[in-house]
Parts: sequence; structure tokens; C-alpha cells
Amino acid sequence: MLIKKIVFAAAMLAPAMALGEAAAHLDHAGTDIHNDASLQRGARNFVNYCLGCHSAQYVRWNRVAADLGIGEAELERNLMFTGGKSYDTIKSAMPRAQATEWFGVAPPDLSLIARSRGTDYIYTFLRTFYADPSRPAGVNNLVLPNTAMPHVLADLQGVQTPRVELVTREGATEEHIVGLTGGSPGTLSGEEYDEFVRDTVNFLDYIGEPVKAKRQSMGVWVVLFLLVFWLFTYLLKKEYWKDIH
Amino acid sequence: MKALMDWIDDRFPLTQMWNEQWGKYYAPKNLNNWYYFGSLSLVVLVLQIITGIFLTMNYKPAAADAFASVEYIMRDVEWGWLIRYLHSTGASAFFLVVYLHMFRAMLYGSYRKPRELLWIFGMVIYLVLMGEAFFGYLLPWGNMSYWGAQVIVSLFGTLPVIGAGLVEWIRGDFYISDITLNRFFALHVIALPLVLVFLVMAHLLALHEVGSNNPDGIEVKKNKGPDGHPLDSIPSHPYYSVKDLMGLAFFLVLFCGVVFFAPELGGLFLEPPNFEPANPMQTPAHIAPVWYFTPFYAMLRAVPAFFGTQVWGVLVMGGAIVLLFFLPWLDRAPVKSIRYRGPVYKVALALFVVVFVVLGYCGLKPAVQPFKTLSVVGTIYYFAFFLLMPWYTRIDSHKPEPQRVTYHAH
Repeated sequence: MLIKKIVFAAAMLAPAMALGEAAAHLDHAGTDIHNDASLQRGARNFVNYCLGCHSAQYVRWNRVAADLGIGEAELERNLMFTGGKSYDTIKSAMPRAQATEWFGVAPPDLSLIARSRGTDYIYTFLRTFYADPSRPAGVNNLVLPNTAMPHVLADLQGVQTPRVELVTREGATEEHIVGLTGGSPGTLSGEEYDEFVRDTVNFLDYIGEPVKAKRQSMGVWVVLFLLVFWLFTYLLKKEYWKDIH
Repeated sequence: MKALMDWIDDRFPLTQMWNEQWGKYYAPKNLNNWYYFGSLSLVVLVLQIITGIFLTMNYKPAAADAFASVEYIMRDVEWGWLIRYLHSTGASAFFLVVYLHMFRAMLYGSYRKPRELLWIFGMVIYLVLMGEAFFGYLLPWGNMSYWGAQVIVSLFGTLPVIGAGLVEWIRGDFYISDITLNRFFALHVIALPLVLVFLVMAHLLALHEVGSNNPDGIEVKKNKGPDGHPLDSIPSHPYYSVKDLMGLAFFLVLFCGVVFFAPELGGLFLEPPNFEPANPMQTPAHIAPVWYFTPFYAMLRAVPAFFGTQVWGVLVMGGAIVLLFFLPWLDRAPVKSIRYRGPVYKVALALFVVVFVVLGYCGLKPAVQPFKTLSVVGTIYYFAFFLLMPWYTRIDSHKPEPQRVTYHAH
């Protein structure tokens, strides 16, 4: 049993190393967690396109509603398709065991994905799917090569095709993807799609740390208070120390 | 109030203790900005204990629940996020102030006679602190927690004969598991903090027994006034009470700046892979310890395996810390303070700081060039700095020490 585990771990290690090397160029997401309209659109995108497979098991529905300025009734009508109570955490309807069977790997929980991978990573990932008939889902990805995730946003973005160049490295010639071009068109323009992804990533950034906006605005007052406090301690010290020669 | 104090003092030496340890503890009047880090370490220790107590109220030390309980603290517990960020930032701040505190001792020769034992108590505190940080880092049960612990624990496996058994004994299992998490929790929340508190008390008692060194590195007790107190010393209270308070306020501005605006500090204080739960089947793309261990980690990796074992790197890493204990006897200069030392030591110490920071940077990076070569060069310099110290501190020139401390009223 243990030997099996070690062999498996070693096998998993190899692609992980390769992944570390093949770090693709990441585009700047340009998200803003203070933009409530963007976050609301992101929440809508999330429940429509992500929640089918991915959960956000540490995030409570009513916390999202309260932070984003969505009423409870609106929340239950427009976002909570999967039912449950508003104080529940965001669970996916897809059973994990079946998901593993279908995709080879269970879709990861998205509560902290923006903190573990970064917003630029997700923003670029969701925009760099391309047609690859050799893959089970017919698509591949520039950021996460051989991803198990199908291009669920294909109807919006369309399916891009890779621009391939032949690169000779150390005597061997290999195909190298230098960029993606629009293949079949989707229902959104390129700019609209970027905006769609940006809103979604913004929402993922928000659920990664719901308190972030509050933390930062509170921090301004804390630091200002401490600066004033420091000034008083400086004056106090000066007053006492003037006796010392 | 007076009656109450008298009542207590008849039964317990409260006033006497206060006066001996702080109120009428005379410290040199020329202590400069380098002297804030001692009291700051104490404040951070108290902060870690208090925030730690509140964290344990909601944290669950079990492999199945630990990661989720930390997220529960971050999202559902009232002010939980603040308590957690104070604690995680506090861990890094602790090492930062301790490193600066140790560097102060190196600047002014604070470890020299009669303060050797004071320095050794401090070194033991540093050692225990490293253990405390290591055990604590496993508790969030993130993927970096898991694999970091895996790497560090397996270092003991390189020891000949006992290695394999020792590793199993530390983990309590054949791999890092729920059992390991449980015992690391016990060590982190009670065993080591208890030791730490006693050591800090010993450190302070030793300090107040021998008296503080100062930036001139001369003994103020040589010039005593008619009242029996050194002429160049002032009572800690109120003078150093108000001065340390000012230092604390300034520290808190920076500290809260990090807590409220950059608690991850770009992945240096909280690493991105640690926002994924521990996964025994998949390592993070690149395993690195937290920044405060990376100088030593770089030294570990700098040493190649030979005779079929990697124990040499582990011995070098251990040796790098053991050497620090001997600093009071390695330094043979006739003066203590950097102010009166010659150019050789000044250059050696400046280079040492550069090397320590470069080693720390290399330890954060994957083992590729140029970091590999830099680590090797850095490790050699680190050891040379200590091992050649008896020689170069003796041949170095030095300036005459003053009879009284230098102090300019301001």
C-alpha cells in the first residue's frame, strides 16, 4: 500500500515539475474587488458556468449576498439554482465520485483558487483554450497543458486554433505554439469575452478572501491611528529625555 | 493604593522584583535605535501567545478538519481573519526582530564577557523559536505545510544507523499524517511556548544581572556615582519605558501595514501553494521553506552528496547554527564595539550581512544557476567568517575606547 502510494506520488511529481518549467506568459487580469457591479456579474457567471462542476465550499451564499449588495430574495431567485438555505456554503450539484470518473480528476473547489494560483493565472487560463483533437474534450490549454477541463465557455468565446511554428532546439525540430487565433466564433466579441472572464475572476478573487475590501479600508484608519499614537509617544519620550545630558 | 502595595510586599516581593527587573534597573543612556528589538521580541512573543490562544479556540488539529477550520476562522469567526493574520504576520515579525536583535549583538560585541551566558540563552531561544515556527507551519495543513514538513523531517533520515527509525519516531507514522499533525499541535501550543517563556525569563534575569552593553561597548559599571549607580546609566523606568513605547508604536505602524494591506507579503509570509489543502499525492511545483529558514536551507542544498549519503548538507546546516553558540569565544578583538574596531572586522561583518541575505534569497529559488554557485560561495564565506574570526579579529587594528559613553542630548 505504502509502496503504491510512493510510486504514485513520484509519478505525479514528474508532470508537476514540467509544469513549473513551462510557465506560460500570464496576462494581467486587471480585476477590482471594490467594483460591486463587476462582482455581481461575476457571481452570475460563476453560478451559470462554474457551479455545475465546481464548488466553493468555504463560501456562504448569504455572505456573498450581503457583501455584494444582493437581497436575500434576489439571491434565492437568481443565484441559488441548486436549492438549499441561504446560510449554506456553495456546493456543486455534481457528485465528486462521478466527476472523477468523467474527467479523470475531480474539479477542484474554487474557494481559494485565486489565492493559490493568482488572478492573472485564472484570467489567462480561461482565455487560452484551443482546439486539440488529440484531447478527450477536444481542447487543450496554454496555461495548464493537457488540462482535464473542457472549454465550458466555448459558446461565448468560440474555439481558438493554435498558430504553430517549427522550432529547432538542440538539433531536434519540434512544434511550438506561438499564439492563438480565432477559429470558430462565439456569441461574444473578443473584448466582451475578456470582460466576462475579468468579472468572473474578480468574483473568484473576492470569494478567496471575502474580508479583503473591509480589511483594507479598516487598515487605513488603523495605520492613521497608530501614526498619531506614535507622534504622541515621540513627544512623551522627548519630554522625559530632555533631563538627560 | 499604598496600603495595598504594602500588604502585598509584606507577603510577596512585588515592588522589589519590579525595581530589580525594570523600575530601578539602570541601563546605559546611550542605547540607540538598534536597542528596540529586544523589547519588540517580547511584545511579539506576547502577541503570538494571545492570538494563538484565540486561534486554538476554533482550530481543529485533525488532518480531515484542519484546513477547513482555518478557512472557518478566516470567514465565519468574528475577527478571526484579524487574529489569524496577526499570528501569521507575527511569526515572520518575530524572526525579523530576533535577527536584528542578534545583529545588534554582533555590532556592539554584546555577547563578549561577561555576557556569554546571556548570548547562549538567546541562542537557545532562537533554536526553540525555529522549532516552534516549524511545528506551527504544519498546522494549517496546506500543501506547502505538508511538503515542507516532509522535507525537513526527512533530513533526520540522512543520519547513519538511527536515521530511518528516528524519522518514523518523529512522525509517529510512515508518512506525515494525522498523527504527526496531532503531535506537532501539542508541541506548538504548549511544549515549546512553555520552554520559550522560561528561557525568555532566564535571558532577562541574566541581562539584568550583568547589565546592558551599549553602542560604545565599554562597561558603564567602571564609573559609578556616589549613589552606587553607574554615572552613564539611567533608570529604565521612565526613560526606557517611554523610549521603547515609541519604538513599539513605530513597529506597529509597519506591522499593521502588513497585516491590513499585504498579509501574504507577495507570497513571502503566506505562500500561494498553502491555499491548497495538503495533498500527499502531489507536491507543489517548487518546495521552499518560509523566508526565515532559507539561508540555512541554501546551505543544506549547497553541499553535494558523497560517500553515498546526503548527511553532509545536514551537518553543514546544523553546524551553521552551532557555530553561533561559540561566538563569544571566537571573537578575540580587544574592543567590543564596531565603533572602535579596525577595517578587517568592519568589512567582514558587512560582507556577512550581504552573504546572509543572498543565501536567504537563494534558498527561496529553485536549485538552478546562478543560485547554486552563489549558495556554495555563500556557505564557504559563512563558515570562514566564524572559523577565521579568532585570527582576523586579533590581527585587526583598533581605535582606543573612550572612558565614558558618547551621548549627545537631543
